[in-house]
Amino acid sequence: MIIDPITFFVVAACLVFFALFSMVRIGLGPTAGDRVVGLDTLNTLVVSAMIVLGAAFDQVVFIDVAIIYALLSFVGTLYIARYLERGL
Amino acid sequence: MHIVLYVLFGIGVAFNGLGAIALLRFPDVYTRLHGATKCTTFGSIFTAVAVIIYGFARGGAQYHTLAIHAIIALLALLITNPTGSHAIARASYRSGIKPVGAVVDKLEDRS
Repeated sequence: MIIDPITFFVVAACLVFFALFSMVRIGLGPTAGDRVVGLDTLNTLVVSAMIVLGAAFDQVVFIDVAIIYALLSFVGTLYIARYLERGL
Repeated sequence: MHIVLYVLFGIGVAFNGLGAIALLRFPDVYTRLHGATKCTTFGSIFTAVAVIIYGFARGGAQYHTLAIHAIIALLALLITNPTGSHAIARASYRSGIKPVGAVVDKLEDRS
């Protein structure tokens, strides 16, 4: 055991707490662009927390889920941006 | 080896927190995008690098697999995140959102 495994859980808890901040911005952002920025930040924080939790539980599957989540959230962000730009 | 991992996790969590605070405190879309995207990308690089170093230093086939998959996840994050923020900025400009306090708009006749 190289470092204390509690460290991973503390880091993941901090990242989830910061994800709550971006959910506040999604809730009260005045324009649609603000909400998309909050969603993008939320996706990045969730991917980062999934990588840390994969190391905490010794599960490689969590990191595979993080890869797929990053790619699919990118596609979702691009579609929302296209919708804001010129409609569906 | 302990110290390196703790420092990397500390830098990563600090920059992710700065990005979240920037999302709450800045006045309009473009400054929020500026703060949130760059800070969370930088912080995620550091937390992922800490996990990669942990996997390679722990040894064994399972932990090497974990480290290599973390490298792939980090590459996916590095490619997709700036591209997505660029698309968001262009879409919000073209949907008519102006920056707060802007006086001139030199992009207006070019887009």
